[in-house]
Amino acid sequence: MVWRNFGKRFRRAWQSIGLPPIAILIALLLGAVVLWLAGYDPLIAYRAMWQGAFKDLTAVTEVLIKATPLIFIGAGLAIAFRCSIWNIGAEGQFYLGAIAATAAGIYLGSLPRAILMPLVLLLGIAGGAMWGMLAGFLKNRFGANEVVTTIMLNYIAIFITGFLVTGPMIETKGLFPQTPRISENAWLPRFLPPTRLHLGFIIALLLAIILYILLFKTSIGYTIRAVGTNAEAARYAGINVQNNILLAMGISGGAAGLAGAVEVAAISYRLYQLISPGYGFDGIAVSLLVGNNPLGVIFSGILFGALRSGSEVMQMNARVPSVLVLMIQGMVVLSVVAFGVYRAVTMEKEE
Amino acid sequence: MELLPALLFLQSTLAATWRMATPILYAAIGEVFSERAGVLNIGLEGIMLIGAFAAYSTAFETGNLVLGLIAAVLSGLVCGLVFALFTVTIKANQIVVGAAFNMIGMGITGFLYRAFYAESGKVLSLKTFLPLDLPFLSSIPFLGEVLFRHNIMVYATLLLVPAASFVLYKTAFGLSIRAVGEHPKAADTAGINVHRTRYISVLIGTSLAAIGGAFLVLAYADQFVEGIVTGRGFIALAVVVFGGWSPWGAMGTSLLFGVFYALQLRIQAMPNVLIPYQFLQALPYLATLLVLVGLTKRRVRAPKALGIPY
Amino acid sequence: MEECAPESADQEFILRMENIYKSFPGGVQANRGITLEVRSGEIHCLLGENGAGKTVLMSILYGLYKPDSGCIYYKGKKLDIHNPKDAIRHRIGMVHQHFMLVPTLTVAENIVLGQYPPWKVLNHMEEVHERIRAMSDEFGLDVDPTKLVQDLSVGEQQRVEILKALYHGADLLILDEPTAVLTPQESEHLLKFLRQLADRGLTIIFITHKLEEVMEVSDRVTVLRDGRVVGTVNTSETNPRELARMMVGREVLMELKKSQTQPGKVIFAVRDLRVRDARGLEAVKGVSFEVREREILGIAGVSGNGQTELALALAGLIDCEFDEMRLDGQILTKHDLHRLHRMGMAHVPEDRQRMGLILPFSVAENFVLKSYRDEPFSKRGFLRFEAIREYSRSQISKFNIRVGDIEEEIAHLSGGNQQKVVVARELDRHPRFLLVNQPTRGIDIGATEFVRQQILAQRDAGAAILLISADLEEIFALSDRILVMFEGRFMGEVPPDPALIEQVGLMMAGKAAVPAD
Repeated sequence: MVWRNFGKRFRRAWQSIGLPPIAILIALLLGAVVLWLAGYDPLIAYRAMWQGAFKDLTAVTEVLIKATPLIFIGAGLAIAFRCSIWNIGAEGQFYLGAIAATAAGIYLGSLPRAILMPLVLLLGIAGGAMWGMLAGFLKNRFGANEVVTTIMLNYIAIFITGFLVTGPMIETKGLFPQTPRISENAWLPRFLPPTRLHLGFIIALLLAIILYILLFKTSIGYTIRAVGTNAEAARYAGINVQNNILLAMGISGGAAGLAGAVEVAAISYRLYQLISPGYGFDGIAVSLLVGNNPLGVIFSGILFGALRSGSEVMQMNARVPSVLVLMIQGMVVLSVVAFGVYRAVTMEKEE
Repeated sequence: MELLPALLFLQSTLAATWRMATPILYAAIGEVFSERAGVLNIGLEGIMLIGAFAAYSTAFETGNLVLGLIAAVLSGLVCGLVFALFTVTIKANQIVVGAAFNMIGMGITGFLYRAFYAESGKVLSLKTFLPLDLPFLSSIPFLGEVLFRHNIMVYATLLLVPAASFVLYKTAFGLSIRAVGEHPKAADTAGINVHRTRYISVLIGTSLAAIGGAFLVLAYADQFVEGIVTGRGFIALAVVVFGGWSPWGAMGTSLLFGVFYALQLRIQAMPNVLIPYQFLQALPYLATLLVLVGLTKRRVRAPKALGIPY
Repeated sequence: MEECAPESADQEFILRMENIYKSFPGGVQANRGITLEVRSGEIHCLLGENGAGKTVLMSILYGLYKPDSGCIYYKGKKLDIHNPKDAIRHRIGMVHQHFMLVPTLTVAENIVLGQYPPWKVLNHMEEVHERIRAMSDEFGLDVDPTKLVQDLSVGEQQRVEILKALYHGADLLILDEPTAVLTPQESEHLLKFLRQLADRGLTIIFITHKLEEVMEVSDRVTVLRDGRVVGTVNTSETNPRELARMMVGREVLMELKKSQTQPGKVIFAVRDLRVRDARGLEAVKGVSFEVREREILGIAGVSGNGQTELALALAGLIDCEFDEMRLDGQILTKHDLHRLHRMGMAHVPEDRQRMGLILPFSVAENFVLKSYRDEPFSKRGFLRFEAIREYSRSQISKFNIRVGDIEEEIAHLSGGNQQKVVVARELDRHPRFLLVNQPTRGIDIGATEFVRQQILAQRDAGAAILLISADLEEIFALSDRILVMFEGRFMGEVPPDPALIEQVGLMMAGKAAVPAD
């Protein structure tokens, strides 16, 4: 009877970001100040951004495409953060997923579509989960702080990618630092042509819903929340805290890895040096913004997708550097904190 | 390898070690103060970036490196005030606020750099702090190159570390910091203003981090590049832990990282080395992981109230 | 806040707290118009149950809380106190129930903490050490200024706290339940010492809920109940019975109804158990004991003598070594300890807020903390909220727990009701072996009585119970046999005969070294 009242749940998830619009407004205002100080007209810049995001159907689908990896990553991180594991390593986990998916898409390219397509995604999950669980293992076994280890693993993942695309996996012509295209059998179908909207977006929505149910409706979710809220009480209740740290790192890493696999299998069709423009870091803000509620991540993911997509158009049309968006995102997080909307790891009441 | 080239290699590596350790050391010393008072600042990376940009733009516009350094300190103080406002007064989760600072630092410096410099067509390089060749000492074979041909910001660490140690262990203020990070309630009942002590410690931390960032543009590279800090802020966090939350420990560990950086640079510069350069670049980060893993046997404990708002 | 006169109307008292009100967010009214008058040079007891508002009142005097309204006069003048620094400057000292010492600093560093301007260079610590040694000798406190506080025993730490106040020149000293952590003999010694201090002219406010102490040490006593003053009386003109009635508001049943039972077969037994504490030091140094069916084995001792580690080890929460362990005849390995709770063991932990409950979770969620994975509370991995709610409601009425809404955060419940939730959850499992650690610490008398009766009922129903408590009265009231623990070893076994309290006290201090078995 999980699906009962789902509409109500959705509304509540929407409400959980009811105050963040004010936070976003403040962040945009601060962004406007910076724009103005730098000699730009904030109105022109923001209008270009708005148009970039919502001008027509194609623009909107581009927003959803940008939102897809953010929803994957944000929903996964929501699980880790609820478990009080500060996984800052979604970026590296994304890369590992992309590497695994690309390798499968190239070297197993002859497999039939019905096998290859899911296999690519599964290997992406495995790659990301492995990279995440490595940090979990280091924490459990050696007490290494996950904030530092996941960040170090980000750098290492990016260097591995750099090595692969300039060396062993470089495209046959060897012109650019990138791999050849993956087999067409691995491509995720696009619907709504001529837009690029693809199956990955639907998978992302499903994952967010599944992780929401996992977190609030199952005993596994209870366990994760218990560990995250009071690890000592969890141990007292007979919960193996270390296993749950591994699990939370596996889920969040797997989700980030899936995001990487989907990016390869639906958008770029190949791996290259900077395939992620920082999705892993955006995902942190996406999750925090809605109090680490996987369902709310759908909204915040789309919001950040719009910011990102819009900022690219802003850069093209209004000549405003798009990195500004990173600052706006950071300001959003701070504003949310300031409004006390974000309540660290304390649970908002569910059920 | 023959003897002379080997010695030259060693000499150039060791000479680079101290220099490479310097930015990390500034940030780490600052973070020692912050963490000893109970505030974990994972936003060091972003604050170093802001410090680097403030130093660069000021020095570039005025042609005065000292003004650049002052600008960096001011930017660090502003960041510190905001950081402390959120983590001490509002009692927000320190990791969340730190993560936000990293985004803001990345975003705002990248934006301003592109807006004002990247495509301006100007010559973007600075005249950096020059090495001060100490008379006589610098001409000692081998040692002269390794120890006595550095710039003033590198030498300054020789003052910074003992000074930090003195403040922390020999002054009433240091005693307050150590008490506040360990048992803030006890400090409070002893009449210490916990919030003020944490504010000041955070400010020390962020201004030193900003100086560390400024070093990169004023005394190392001669211009700003987006993301120029490349993880040194995070490495400084690991250095603090491995250094056992003490200034001298931070110095030792920073030098260890300096060796990795220097090695990576030197080996890359060597012809006919078959190791892919990406692996060399990854060396400091791998070393950080190994260092954290190696910590398992040590019994130095983190300040008990670290990360917990009061 | 109403205007306070600049000077006290009544100059007879060194301290006059007038009509103090204090409430906390969440609606707890800790002080509701308290007026307290203390004479110079007297020992004044502040008597009341847990939650009566004693500590809050003294924290206001010490500058830790700001009163909502009310006036304070000290030495005849209106007193403005905003923080502890003001209190220290006015020569008010306080020894808190939980010591306010930084464990990683030395005794001397703790004593001078906060005394100097920040820029002061601490190059005179030798003089400080000398002064501390001199004072320590003068008062017979035996304190070494160079030691780290974390290496001191609880009793020594308390002496450091007192010395700290005296070092700062206190002439009003507040002590918050100072004997809770001491053996009877140490308590005796402390009370005598306080009397000496009072004879030198110091004024002492002594917070307690123990009637004998009031009778023994105080000149006058003010009784608080529910944040109000019940009355102030001269100690020489009252008796424990009257004080108890004032404190609780009704006649107290001092005696629990404890039936005679015949212990049955051995349920739990361990031989040569050794446990290390968090710092790697051996905290339990090879103890052996057994607990039988229908029996309560009490473990007495001053806190910090290995009881905590003993309990955590038996609950599988920290590592330990042993020769042999049996539960219900089955031989256990170290590995089994992690799943003892699945083999019929229940555990009421020492610290309900840190371990027994998840404070931000709802009351209902806390009720199933140990059983949420089992039917009927979850099915095929999905939680069944209907079943959880229904179960919680039935437990709440069965144990008479005062809860507004079972969906509310358990953090909002009073300490007594929180403890009842823990006890209800653990006892409902009908354990064969029940480990109870400090079951009534910090809860009101009503809840205390209830919890104790529940423990006795479990015994009568056939459980084997290991009771750990620093409260000697509790140990004697509940146990069938008593083991006394000192520095990780058992000093010996005694029957729960009230005449033996003296002897148990000596054993708690390690004096009567009669080893067990």
